[in-house]
Formats: sequence, C-alpha cells, structure tokens
Amino acid sequence: MITEKDIEHIAGLADIGISNDEVPEFTHQLNAILEYLGILDTVEDESTPASGTANVFREDEPRPSLPQEAVLANAGSTEDGFIKAPRVM
Amino acid sequence: MKTIIGLEVHVQLATATKLFCGCSTDYQDDNPNTHCCPTCLGLPGALPCLNKRAVEYGLRVAKALDMKVLEESEFARKNYFYPDLVKAYQITQDDRPLAVEGTIEIEDDQGHEKIVRITRVHLEEDPGRLVHVAGASKYSLVDYNRSGIPLLEIVTEPDMRSPQEARRFLNKLRTILEYLEVFDGDREGGLRVDANISLEGSERVEVKNISSYKGVEKALTFEVTRQRNLLRRGLAVARETRHFMEGRGITTSSRGKEEAHDYRYFPDPDLGPLRVAGWVAGIDLPELPTARRDRFMEQYGVSLNHARTLTGDLRLADFYEEIAGTDPVLAATWVADILLGELNYRTMGIAAVPPGHITELLDLLRAGTITDRAGVQVLREMLDACAEDRPCERPAAIIEREGLSRASGDEFTSLVRAVVAANPQAVEDYRNGKEGALNFLVGQVMKETRGRADPRELRRIVSESIKMGEV
Amino acid sequence: MAGILDFSPDDRCNAFITACTGAAFGDGALAGIAVAINDNISTAGIQTTCASRILEGYIPPYDAHAVELLKQEGAAIVGKTNMDEFGMGSTTGTSAFGPTRNPIDPERVPGGSSGGSAAAVAAGLVPMALGTDADGSIRCPAAFCGIVGLKPTYGRVSRYGLIAHAGSLEQIGPMARTVEDVSRLISVITRYDPRDSMMLDQPYSHRPSADVSDLKIGIPTEYFGEGVDMRIATTVRDAIDVLEGLGAETTPVSIPSVRYAPAACCVICASEVSSNLARFDGVRYGPAVDTRKPWHEAYREVRQANLGPEARLRIMLGTLTLSAGYAGKYYAKALAARQRITRDFERVFCDVDVIAGPTTPTVAFRPGEKVSPLSIAGTLTAPANLAGIPAISVPCGDVDGLPVGLQVMGRRFEDERVIDVAYAYEQEVRS
Repeated sequence: MITEKDIEHIAGLADIGISNDEVPEFTHQLNAILEYLGILDTVEDESTPASGTANVFREDEPRPSLPQEAVLANAGSTEDGFIKAPRVM
Repeated sequence: MKTIIGLEVHVQLATATKLFCGCSTDYQDDNPNTHCCPTCLGLPGALPCLNKRAVEYGLRVAKALDMKVLEESEFARKNYFYPDLVKAYQITQDDRPLAVEGTIEIEDDQGHEKIVRITRVHLEEDPGRLVHVAGASKYSLVDYNRSGIPLLEIVTEPDMRSPQEARRFLNKLRTILEYLEVFDGDREGGLRVDANISLEGSERVEVKNISSYKGVEKALTFEVTRQRNLLRRGLAVARETRHFMEGRGITTSSRGKEEAHDYRYFPDPDLGPLRVAGWVAGIDLPELPTARRDRFMEQYGVSLNHARTLTGDLRLADFYEEIAGTDPVLAATWVADILLGELNYRTMGIAAVPPGHITELLDLLRAGTITDRAGVQVLREMLDACAEDRPCERPAAIIEREGLSRASGDEFTSLVRAVVAANPQAVEDYRNGKEGALNFLVGQVMKETRGRADPRELRRIVSESIKMGEV
Repeated sequence: MAGILDFSPDDRCNAFITACTGAAFGDGALAGIAVAINDNISTAGIQTTCASRILEGYIPPYDAHAVELLKQEGAAIVGKTNMDEFGMGSTTGTSAFGPTRNPIDPERVPGGSSGGSAAAVAAGLVPMALGTDADGSIRCPAAFCGIVGLKPTYGRVSRYGLIAHAGSLEQIGPMARTVEDVSRLISVITRYDPRDSMMLDQPYSHRPSADVSDLKIGIPTEYFGEGVDMRIATTVRDAIDVLEGLGAETTPVSIPSVRYAPAACCVICASEVSSNLARFDGVRYGPAVDTRKPWHEAYREVRQANLGPEARLRIMLGTLTLSAGYAGKYYAKALAARQRITRDFERVFCDVDVIAGPTTPTVAFRPGEKVSPLSIAGTLTAPANLAGIPAISVPCGDVDGLPVGLQVMGRRFEDERVIDVAYAYEQEVRS
C-alpha cells in the first residue's frame, strides 16, 4: 500500500503538479493498479541481459545542424538566439 | 587531522561531432543554438546514435590508466529536471560503465611517487549551457550548442590527502589526456570537477561546479579551512553539497536548492549494449608522460625535476625534443627554468615560440658569444615580438642591433678600470673587508656593459684589478 | 505525375486531428495514394500533437523516417489521426481533441490507441494509414473496426520520429482494408535507417502468397480461456478451421508466461513513459512555460494544465516503478517476465510456424464500459510486443454485427509469414 505521502513524493519527482484534492484519487488509483501488478511477485528473479544489437555506431562525421530559426521556432519565448527558460537561481 | 579527497572529473572528448548526433562540436565562437538537431534538442521522436570515436577515446583512456574494460557495458538514463537538460534525463552509464579499476601516479606533498586509484570511467552527454539573467524578472537563457557534447567522467577513490595533491592529480590527468589526443586543453570548460572532501572522522562534503582545474586547489583549500574552523569551534561538518563560486574563491551551501535525489536510473531502451573489451588489445598508445619523463632522464641526462616539468605538457615536451640538440641539459635548463617563466608572465603558450630561434640562442650561449644575462634579454625581445604579433628577429640580429655580445679584451679591462677609478670609497671599503662593496662595483660594471659580461668572471677581474692596484 | 491531392474528408468519427486539404504527392510505389499518419509520428511542417494539449501547436522541423519513405514513394500525407493521448489507452477516448467513434457503430469505441487511423481506414476516408503499437495499439483498433493491422517485428521499422511512449515495445505499422495493402505499405517503410540503433537492415520485399499448405499453426490454450468472450473464441476457432481447410496443420500449444504479459507491459510502458514524457516542460515546444517562476514550480504548472489524467496517472505509476525501493519489485520483475515470455515464444516456435488466436477478448464496447485496470494493456496483444515478434490482426467475422479479429503471430523477422497466413484466410473467405 502506498500512502498519500508517497504520492506527494512521487509527484514531486515527476514534476507532475497535483493539487491537494487530487491526492486521494491518485492514491486510490495507484493502489488499485499496484494490487493488479502483484502478479509480478510470482515471477522468479533473473538477470536480464541488455536488449538490442550490440555495438551500433555512427562514424564521427559532422552532419548539418538545423538553422537557428528552426531551433527557436517552437519555443515559447526566445531572446537573442537563446531559448528562455524558468529561473534556477 | 587527515584530509581525504576524491574527485569526479568531467572531460569533454575532442570528437568532431556530439555523442549521439552528427552536430559539430566546434561551436566555441558561434551564435547560440546553431549546432543543434532534433536529437540534441530532445525534440519529440528523435533518437540517439552513438559516436564510435567517443567510445574509442574512452577506451584509449581506460587502457592508459590500466583499467578493466567491461565485457558488456550499457547506457542508462539519469532522470531529473533542469532547464539545461533537454530530455529531462541524461544519457549516461550507471552500474555498467565502460571501464573500472585503474591508477594514476602523482607526487605526494613530500615529492614521493604515489598512486591514486581510479574507480571507473564512463561516457555521458553534456547538458546545454545556462545563462542566468538577473534583474527585476529573473529567468534563464539556454544555449543548446553544448547539449550532447561527449563527456568522459573519471571517478577516483578518495586517495588524495591535500588540495595540492588534487591539483597535481588534475595536472597529471590533463597531461595524460593531452598525450592521448582525446582532449583539447585550450577549450574553455573542457574539464570540470566535482570534489568530495572530508577531514578524517567527519562528514563528507561535495563541492560542485569547479570549472577550471586551477580552481580545484582554491576550492579545496577553502573547504579545508572552513571545515577545520567548524571543528575548532566544536561544530560538526554537515554532509552536504556546496557550490564553488569561482569569482569569489569560496564555496556556498546549496542546501534547500537540492531535493533528495532519486534519479531512477534504467537502461536506455533506445541504445543497445557495448561489447568493446576486445578492442583494447588493438589500441596503440602513445608514449605517456611517466614513460617520457623516464626517457628524458635517460636519453638527455636531465634532472628528475626538469624531466617532470618538460613532460608535464605535451607541446612543451615536443618543443624540448625539437631543440634539445647537442646540449640537452643546457636546453632543459633554459626551457624549464627560464622560458616557461617568461611564457607564464606573458600568458603565452609554447606553440607561439619559434623553435629555430631558441636553438640559435642556445648555440650562441654555448659558444660563449653572449652571457646568460644577455641571453635572457634576447629571449625577452623575441617573446615580446611573438606576443605582440610582430615579426620575431633571430637572436643574432638582436645581439647585433643591441650590441649584446659578450664584452671582452680591452673593452672589458678599460671598463673595470674606469669603475674602480670612479668609486674610491667602495674600493676602500672592499679593501677594509666589506664584501658588499665588491658587489656594488661589479654591479656598476654590469650596468655599463648592459649584461654583456659574465658576472662571475667580472667579479674575479674586479677583485684582481683592486688587488693589482694595491701592489 | 506529381500533384496535389484534394482531401476533404467527411470526418464524422473524429478520426483526424489535422487534415491536410491539399496534400502533395509524387511518383513511386504509392503514387497519389492518400495515407493518414498517427499523430505521434513526426511530420515536418504539420502539427504533431500525440493527442495531447502539451504538444498543441508543435510543428516538427523534421519527418519521421517512415514518413520520409512514404513521401519518397509518392504517397500523399493527408492528415494526422486521433489517438489516445501519447498512445496510452485502448479506446481513443483519452485524446485531448475528443474521442474517435467506431465507424461500424458510432456508439462504440474504435479501440486504441491508434483508433483514428483505424476509423479513417474503416470509414473509407483513406485506403491506408500508419499506426503505432506498444501493447496492441494497431491490432486492437484494427479488430474493433474490421480492418487489417500489422505490428511488425521489433527492429523492422525505424522509430526515428516516432514519439514513443514506450520505445522498447513500440513499432510503427501499417493499417489498411486488405492484407495486400498492408503488405504494400510495410514494404515501403522497412528501408534501413541508421538513426534507430534498434533497427536491423532487413527490408520487407515480399508479395503475399496464399499458400499455407505444410504450415504449422499453434493454438495457445491461454488465448481461448478465461476472460475471452466465448463467441469470439468460437469465431476465431472457425477462422483457424478455414486455414486448416487450406492445408495448414494445427496443434495446441501452451505459453504459460503470457499471464504476466499485461502486468509486465504495464510496468515497462509506465516506466518508460515517466522518462519519455518528462521532456514536455513548455520550454522548447508546446504551450509556453512561465519563465518568471523557479523551474520546478513552472514545470509542474505547465504539466498539470496540459497533460491529461491518464497520462499523469501513468507518469506517476512509472515514476514509482523506477524509484528507489520499488524498482526491484516492479521494473526488474517486469523485465524478468518479459524475458520468460520471450523464451516461451521461442520454445513454441521450435514446433510451430505461427501462433493464432483472437486479437481482443471482446468486441468493440461502449465508452465507459471497461474501467478495470486490465484495460491498461492488451491481454492478448501485449505478449507480441514483449517478445518483439510480428503480429497481424485480420477481420474474421463478427459477433452481434461487430467485427472480430484473428491474430497471427510469427517468429522474429518473419513478418512475411504472418502476412501470408492472413492473406490466405482473407482470400479464402472473400472468394
């Protein structure tokens, strides 16, 4: 069973933004899913090798980049060729 | 109280393209966001494709540090949010890095050789670059040109015992990387360090954000003092992450800014595993700094200190070998003891110095055409010209123009005579046993010859000349 | 004979998010054919939303590899089809742009997540479409809408440009009214692309053959048991009898580990989702983030406002299943289950050439009828994604007038064979 506190912690890790009144609903839904996932407890542990083809490489040869306009085109706001982002300081 | 230091060094590998896309890494002088594609911008749907050369460079380092390359390594996602991180995860390596367990030999504070153990090296992508805009409305500006640049993270065991050792470790590491030609030491921010430091018995502090290897000693010295002061006042050192403010030379607590991290690593489903242990045998390593140092001592007969200094920088070592010529010991002295200092004074690199000129200068010195002092003067003339981008005259031409050739014969004798005659008081003092008076007289002659006379020889002649005057 | 295709669909089912009224086309194997593209596949210059508000207005500067190939062969890209938000769902009801209705019965769901593509094909708006499938998202709507849909072998089609919610399970695949058209479409999109490191250079170049004599078909008991509508089981069994009539041999097989498939698929999908969808922060694309706020606060705001409830729930689940203290219990176990399932299929494929069963346990239902957590992953479709094997759904009759799908699964990189089996059945029941 996960608690409402767990939900708040997870929501913080995921930067998902949940309001207080959503917490009980998320807790309820996730617990229902986790109960259903309980079947996985009966799977025997085994080491799983990495999947996919090994050693797929690209040669170190430059390819054209996008023009700056295309890089900035979808951004919400830009300034002097930079993309504006929230503050971190 | 023992100081315990371990480092995590992030090195930008000198590949032509980024780690997972074909964008050029040569963006230093370009406008922001001009070296980006769907992959390094993290556009929806774009996929990573691994740069083979980055792996080869990583393996070269692993082999040079005598590490064990994993039979199978893999890329993992490190999940966290930050505005410079386009996908909100960094592709890195977690529990299966490229290689583990290596060593680097450095000098300890007593000048003895010591081993710093390397825990692991792994490949990862660099995030973009943030510019913080202050003022009424604070926000960040992001340039993604750096996003996806290949980094090799090199993690050490906590084997260093002083900030000076940490600096020497980084110097040595940097030299090795340059010898391996996987790293461009001139690139700004090309080497960044996180340091773990504790005083024995106390909590460990992580200092992040040290972006120059010279800053490491400064940051760690500050930390040692800060932690010692805390303990002296009976306070505990808190286990925390601190940031180094390069400009102010201090570290500040980032408590409250960092939440409890849970990076939720998992294998990146877009990339297959690496099985490259078999490549190591085929890698031809160049001669590495320690081997070259030993060879310099053997082949050229130079001292351990000179050999260390000369091999401590790839281009310097190459330069030395080019000019070592017939008198390698003289060459070593001039390069290690004089030229380097003059270069540092001018913040010049060895690359700007024409080796032919130095060879000529050394020949003139050896032939006794000029004194050491005049030699320094010639060297300075040449370096000034190089530094100011003027045509650099050959030593012979400078000597000719400035009249710097060694004073000799009559010129010499008459100069001494004149000085002795003009300073009877000093002569008197010397006769009365004041050694300092002789220095004064020699200085006067030196001044007249503008360094063209050898001071030791001069001393002998002046002293003899006074004694002769007695007779 | 390049030109512009005038496309103005009578889209009563809400199959399209974006329709391109004038779509350019060129010469080639698909010259002038209208192809609809699932809206999680990047199209240069055409809005690509994944049916989410968080990508509203996003115009990719590049084409997905599959789209590039379609254009090279002359196809007209006529629009972007509706889907469950980011492909998470089996009803196309979680789209931010309203649900798609089933053309067979507008009261019912078209299945999902590629329900818009299935509905567009079934309603006759386009002859073929690209869907995507991480746990059944091509096959389920194909079955519900009565069309043909193929989930190719993992690694057969480049994922470059596919905005995957679960890249380790997901493939782009063809959807059409006939097996022949599915075959035509897959032959165009399997050309090698070095940008997808998981792709192998094994292009499909095959014309369907209806010869199934000497074919060994495995009938897994797990696909006809509990939870599967009896009438569907019977209908599918009848379809397999048709194949037997054509000379195929059938044998019962057991794949016990498929009981783990829905849970394993759910965990792997959610885990990858939590990472894949983290980049949607309103900085580089999508609804603009408030740059005056500290980053966590700003991101939370934009993600809360623009990601739907289903997406948020799965992000929460996946964050949990990867987090310290839970990863061993869920993510690692899911990978172990996946490995067992893969091995079980390999074992069965030593004895049989293909495995046949129903695509879905029920026919198309009404919105809101199916709310258990079981809807998280396709019970009968997810095993093929976990094992990475090809699987096709071909219409094989109806129950109460609603289409039923026959699912045929094959060995890795034997997409040709599952297409042949579906083709043989289709040709036989048509004539």
